[in-house]
Amino acid sequence: MTPPVSGALSGAMSGAASGPVPATGSPSAAPAAAPVAPHAGPGTVPATTSDPPDGRHSPSLGSLRKGQRAVVTGLDETAVATPLPAGELERRMIEMGLIEGARVEVLHEGFPGADPLAVRINDHTLALRRAEAHAVLVTLG
Amino acid sequence: MSNTAVFAAPPRIALVGNPNCGKTALFNALTGARQKVANYPGVTVERKVGEFLSPAGSRVQIIDLPGTYSLRARSPDEEVTRDVVLGRFEHEAPPDVMVCVADATNLRLHLRLVLELKKLGRPIILALNMMDVAEARGCSVDAAALSAALGVPVVPTVAIRRHGVRGLLDQIDRSMAVMTGADGAAAAPSIAPCGWSEPSAHELRAYHQEVEAILAAALRSAGRPSLATRRIDAALLHPAIGLPFLFLVLFLMFQAVFAWAALPMDMIDTALGWVQAAAGAALPDGMLKSLITDGIIAGVGSVVIFLPQILVLFFFILILESTGYMARAAFLLDRLMGGVGLHGRAFIPLLSSFACAVPGIMAARTIENRADRLATIMIAPLMTCSARLPVYTLLIAAFVPERTVAGGMIGLQGLVMFALYAAGILSALAVAFVLKRTVFKGAREPLLMELPSYRLPGLRDLSLGLLERTRIFLARAGTIIFAIMILLWFLGSFPGAPDGATGPAIDYSFAGMLGHALAPLLAPIGFTWQIAIALVPGMAAREVAVAALGTVYALSETGDALSGSLAGVLAADWSLPTALALLAWFVFAPQCVSTLSVVKRETNSWFWMIVMLVYMTLLAYGAAFVTFQLSSALLGG
Repeated sequence: MTPPVSGALSGAMSGAASGPVPATGSPSAAPAAAPVAPHAGPGTVPATTSDPPDGRHSPSLGSLRKGQRAVVTGLDETAVATPLPAGELERRMIEMGLIEGARVEVLHEGFPGADPLAVRINDHTLALRRAEAHAVLVTLG
Repeated sequence: MSNTAVFAAPPRIALVGNPNCGKTALFNALTGARQKVANYPGVTVERKVGEFLSPAGSRVQIIDLPGTYSLRARSPDEEVTRDVVLGRFEHEAPPDVMVCVADATNLRLHLRLVLELKKLGRPIILALNMMDVAEARGCSVDAAALSAALGVPVVPTVAIRRHGVRGLLDQIDRSMAVMTGADGAAAAPSIAPCGWSEPSAHELRAYHQEVEAILAAALRSAGRPSLATRRIDAALLHPAIGLPFLFLVLFLMFQAVFAWAALPMDMIDTALGWVQAAAGAALPDGMLKSLITDGIIAGVGSVVIFLPQILVLFFFILILESTGYMARAAFLLDRLMGGVGLHGRAFIPLLSSFACAVPGIMAARTIENRADRLATIMIAPLMTCSARLPVYTLLIAAFVPERTVAGGMIGLQGLVMFALYAAGILSALAVAFVLKRTVFKGAREPLLMELPSYRLPGLRDLSLGLLERTRIFLARAGTIIFAIMILLWFLGSFPGAPDGATGPAIDYSFAGMLGHALAPLLAPIGFTWQIAIALVPGMAAREVAVAALGTVYALSETGDALSGSLAGVLAADWSLPTALALLAWFVFAPQCVSTLSVVKRETNSWFWMIVMLVYMTLLAYGAAFVTFQLSSALLGG
């Protein structure tokens, strides 16, 4: 009776939630900010997943191109610059469905500079900018 | 606020839900046209209230709250939802029953808010909306299992076709019966303030997990995402097609605003002339006649005549919103508008401002960040509102020759009109650019915006939306503008001309004195004293300047000059540089009392209102000065 989709998702989620997910405030998170910062200026195409930045094992949603699919593994808002108070971006993302275990697919890219992204998250579609999408860690597949 | 006061009022129900869940359609299905829109005290967020008679025979009041993803409000709109739900509004008890509306095709996202609301411990009903779409996509929800897992009653509905409304009404009756108990006193303790606090990221994750558990129990088969939406988006969000298509839509919209509205505007004009003549014939000569015909009918009429244009514009805006294209427009423009530091969402308020800056500035409420919102509000009046059209039309007809350019392809008059619109847009972008680099510094607010599935707009909801706009507009014309018109009539009529006066009567009035006082200040930009007088009533609403020019010239000219049309009179009386300077002035035209008052209310500060008045006046003066001096030098006049 239970559809395989939600079963698999609940499993993925409970697994992820027990793991070391929110890296907020942890000192080890600081170096992760470096690969994201150079992304600026019109026409800049962000690093693709084929060349993951050094020291970063998990690619981010912001590095995906149109058509790529992935599963969210964690949120790290310290990786991006945001005018919001600490913890706010993470909470907004969770409220919009960007949560560990969510399956994402980049459906469309804006113009120019392939920004913002239209991302399918499970059942709905969310528009967000690459700058913030770098806070969403994913594994491809 | 005693308990007796609370109980004297009819039971109140609030509709709460995410944006795009069909909440407003459900509100319309429940109340029909028995709804009214007012503002919440202190903020201009619209408060939509309706009434209906429940099957059990009780009169129920229902409030449609702004859509939100969370009680952690981010924009003024969402704050209203939070404050009403939590009973934080003074003089307004929390709703007796909350009807949560959730899109059945998007339960994962929508149920999280339901859980957050459920935690408040107040009676809740879940309306599982858009069941038809869900079924068409192969999604099957077991409403009974969902109700058991959630612990709240669940009613499937298709609001846009009014399906399931009866079931919802019955459930509302049952919930109210449980709530009031046998003697009607049981509910009193639960009206105590709720202990609500912002959920942490950890709690939000827990809500999501709970949603997954509920879905595992209640979702019999997961639906497919809308294939049609994906295909349409593949074209409409395409890097090469998306923006040209958006501009085509906007172009057609502005064509329609002028083309479709022309006939009804003529009809209103004719009707007003008839009413004015009838009132003039029926009333004895004197002050009262002057007040009613020149003051009230002419003044209010000059504003009401824009109703057709505003309705055509809102017709398009409502369609763009209800189909889901508006979010796509924001998506497409986010990068471009980001170039001047604006949020993609600023598109909607700026678009509305082409009809009138007042609804445009109010639409800026959906922008979450205060700096982004202020920047949008500050530039909204630079979009050429429909009230500037009569001024442009009059001056262009008087001064721009009716010939074609570019090999007969383009009319020169139309080209000038387009240039005036473009000047407004470009200066708005320039002002935004400067503002975001000086006053409103800082990174842009993140864009996290749902792109809803495409949907056909409901005819009923569309017509109710237009009816609502008509009511709001006419109420404004009937109150604020009405009052200002009487004031202006007074200024223009008193004190009367002394015996043996040679000049026109208005010359001796307060408005005339003001015009003469302003004249030296306006001489460097080429304005005559007549223009200075017209600018004074132009403060009420820009289009009134035309009527005022007509009055001033009607009262100040004699004999032959009056026989020509106003355009002819102006062409004979003004130099071309003066006319060009006045056009440049009206591109910025800061003097609209309604806009300034709505800025004061929306920003809740006098400061930003004064900033707007000052910066727009300076821009208008500067633009008119440059235009006048430059064209005088070039034309040798």
